[in-house]
Amino acid sequence: MAPNDALMSRDDALMSRDDAQALIERIRKFSRAEAVEVQIFGGNTTNVRFADNQMSTAGSVSDFQVGVQSYFGAKHAVVTTNEVSDDALKAAVEKSEKLARLAPDDPESMPQLPPQQYQPVEAYFPSVASMSADERAKIALTALAPCRAANDLTAAGYLENRAYFSAFGTSAGLFAYHRATSSNYTLTVRTKDGTGSGWAGAEHNDARQVDYEGVSRRAIEKARASRNPVAIEPGRYTVIMEPQAVGDLCQLIAFYADARSTDEGRSPFVKQGGGTKLGEKILDARINIYADPFDPMVRAQPYDGDGLPLGRQEFIKDGVLKTLYYSRFWARKKGVQPTGAPTSFIMSGTNASIDDLIASTTRGILVTRLWYLREVDPRTILYTGLTRDGTFLIENGKIARAVKNFRFNDSPLFMLNNVEALGRPERLAGTEAGGAVVVPAVKARDFNFTSLSDAV
Amino acid sequence: MTSRRDFLKTGGVAAGALALSGALRSADAAIPRVRHVATAPEMDAVVKELLMEALNAAKLAGAGYADARIGRYLQNFVVTREQQIINVVDTDSIGIGVRALVDGTWGFAASRDLTKAGVAAAAKEAVAIAKANRVARDRMITLAPAPTVPNASWKNAYEIDPWTIPVEEKADLLIKANAAGMKAPNVKYVFSAFFFRKQERNYANTDGSVIAQTIVQSAIQQQFTAVSPDFSDFQNRGNTMPPVGRGWEWVLQQNLVQNGSKWGEEASQKLKAKPVEVGRYDLVLHPSHLWLTIHESIAHPTELDRAMGYEANYAGTSFVSPPNDMLGKFKYGPEFMNIQGDRSHPGALATVGYDDEGVAPDEFLIIKNGKVNDYQTTREQAAWLDWWYKAQGREARSHGCSYADNWSSVQFQRMPNVSLLPGEKEQSFEDLIAATDKGIAIVGDGSFSIDQQRYNAQFGGQLAYEIKGGKIVGLLKDVAYQIRTPDFWNAMDMIGGRKSYEVWGSFFDGKGQPGQVNAVSHGSVPARFRNVNVINTGRKA
Repeated sequence: MAPNDALMSRDDALMSRDDAQALIERIRKFSRAEAVEVQIFGGNTTNVRFADNQMSTAGSVSDFQVGVQSYFGAKHAVVTTNEVSDDALKAAVEKSEKLARLAPDDPESMPQLPPQQYQPVEAYFPSVASMSADERAKIALTALAPCRAANDLTAAGYLENRAYFSAFGTSAGLFAYHRATSSNYTLTVRTKDGTGSGWAGAEHNDARQVDYEGVSRRAIEKARASRNPVAIEPGRYTVIMEPQAVGDLCQLIAFYADARSTDEGRSPFVKQGGGTKLGEKILDARINIYADPFDPMVRAQPYDGDGLPLGRQEFIKDGVLKTLYYSRFWARKKGVQPTGAPTSFIMSGTNASIDDLIASTTRGILVTRLWYLREVDPRTILYTGLTRDGTFLIENGKIARAVKNFRFNDSPLFMLNNVEALGRPERLAGTEAGGAVVVPAVKARDFNFTSLSDAV
Repeated sequence: MTSRRDFLKTGGVAAGALALSGALRSADAAIPRVRHVATAPEMDAVVKELLMEALNAAKLAGAGYADARIGRYLQNFVVTREQQIINVVDTDSIGIGVRALVDGTWGFAASRDLTKAGVAAAAKEAVAIAKANRVARDRMITLAPAPTVPNASWKNAYEIDPWTIPVEEKADLLIKANAAGMKAPNVKYVFSAFFFRKQERNYANTDGSVIAQTIVQSAIQQQFTAVSPDFSDFQNRGNTMPPVGRGWEWVLQQNLVQNGSKWGEEASQKLKAKPVEVGRYDLVLHPSHLWLTIHESIAHPTELDRAMGYEANYAGTSFVSPPNDMLGKFKYGPEFMNIQGDRSHPGALATVGYDDEGVAPDEFLIIKNGKVNDYQTTREQAAWLDWWYKAQGREARSHGCSYADNWSSVQFQRMPNVSLLPGEKEQSFEDLIAATDKGIAIVGDGSFSIDQQRYNAQFGGQLAYEIKGGKIVGLLKDVAYQIRTPDFWNAMDMIGGRKSYEVWGSFFDGKGQPGQVNAVSHGSVPARFRNVNVINTGRKA
């Protein structure tokens, strides 16, 4: 299709590197600003959703978006559109320039980055991009068929396949491109008597690496095991958090690891009296948290939103706070190198299985996942939330019985100071957040459950 | 065909001004309800042609029923901190979403390709997906009947289109408000932003409905942060005002600069507040706080899809289930408790002229005299409650709760405006405080969390005042309360009257897979709750 054609076909929502570069160049030629940045992303998403043992919705979405940021000195503004005709792109560029000229000066505006070197990440797999509607329906049947046959179970699940790209270019000559696929499958199975619920999920860039039947099997087993939970007193317990629960809580740390807010005194990493806790041991010595877009389990975008190349970044090394995030502006102000905003979150672990962690526990609580996490106190990353879809009492190295869900009020910083053992890292399927997150199961003492929930 | 540019030119023109005026928070504007159906631009001929093309393609491909939506979604942000503009952003997205029902199974496809060939391709794909899913179908989906609306147009209650206001004017107002807030002691940081959204929604279905709507919504987000000189503490004051389904005229009514001083001062005062002692207190909750408790513990659990298990894999189910054990039986709260659902409240966020199935909304009591009386429904769901509606002497009819947050999203059940109606006695927030011996009054919404069946919840607030002997004696910090939903609402013993009614809300209410965001308002009066468990959330790192 010629570049001046008004619309791209459905398949063109997923652009090749060359086409993305050509489009950015086309937009740059329309620009009359002192500098311009162009960001493009798009792709195709397909999904199947089912619940109450019935298909509910299923869909396919193709979309594409262009963002143009124009600069005049310290003034700048962004305009986005999902049209790619010359007229529409010119209009977006002109509007961005008009808004930028009208905007007050931004004293933190930074000059454009020159071209950067990026090591590509192979994250695109045809197994996801080409999966048909028939195949997606068959994956739904891996849960629906056994639950219908069982008579005492109901399944609610969701499969989403994404094939997408992003590209970034500037009038200083920088160009970055990344494309990826992901297949994400999550399933909740509930018992019809209303007393049991189990959840399982899996995600990978390559659909061939997702064990859809295995997810269905695990959720069913967990639902059955979680029937007829008993109430036990809230309080401080040794917990074994499965990886999804660990990820739910611990990836919050990354959102707070910002140098600027810490320097300004409004972060959990502030040192009393001023300064930061950089270089201090703040967690158990077994904790290592880092980002690495090249890790084969995450395969994340190798550059951030400013186009800064990303490599391995260590936030926590042997329990010591090693890095805070420095934006380009704050790094210049502080005379340090900008870090780039990470696109992945990885916590290292061991080879221990969940069963190993259970076997080593005299009394504790096994948590499948957490839900509705919300900040209670930003001074400590204190969050509240609840356990969900499989909470069990462990006694003498074995699961003794299902227990009612708890509300907790605790911080990942507190939990990772109370570590007793780590398990095997897994990629999360994601619930409220998720994405390119790989974490292990964690066994920790004194986790603070503050009340009981009647919810199943 | 006419180009997309022509459509944009037509569709982008702001509609004529409306006569309605007055702040949303004014009691007189909020009650009594007036159905607001105003003149809006008729549907663009090209858009109508494309919608018909999509519906024809769906029918030819085998759909028993189909609907199509062509929408243009505009957003405008102006983002500041302290005396700086962080960014100015304008976004624009346009496309079509087609939903097809084939042999009782749904399929959906969305595309930004607004040519005849493009919309037909999307329609055919929606049908193909529905056909592929028949293999996994368990029950046939049927729709409750709805009146056909062959040529309707509607716009919501905005007077001044925010897109007509220059960016300098928006930025100048925020910067001045920030400066006012930073005059308070120890207030070092202020974040503030305008967020405006305009939706041009065009809808048609194979029943014969054709509807064009324009909706404008506005929000101001602010956070004032005070840091103690020794870096031992910092406190935030945010969520200062409700988002609304109105335009720039609403911004002008907020006295941002004058109120900036007040909110900054409140952030500063929080540094000196006394940590709360854990225990049981009588809580007097202001509408600026209680709206969120209503949202989480009443509005979400009475979504019928959630009650029936359709959200089980994401947001969860509901304790208000099954319907035949609940309707007319379950005592949610005291007899004076009435909770109304509607999508017709002028200036509220969930307000529409017609929902995304072409249904004109009604007003309905979800809780009537303290008991569960109804659920929020779409056409698919209304049929599930046929037995209850017949027992009430009425026909099964959707309450108009079908909604999609974008052209690229499939419509599904989203909550209407859900509100706690005033009591008969005219009493205020201050009157409730004066009647309380040992308690805490909470203003503004803070941290919130609730379980997946909506039993156990925890809420913080923006400002917590200690009440002793009917008087406020000081400010508390680290306050949160934990509830079990039915116990909490049954512990409500006083509510405010008509004049104390305010409407607050959220721009960003998430639900569904793939996730969608809904804007919703909740009207409320102040209310008192006896003997509620209060915890202290402060702890040193």
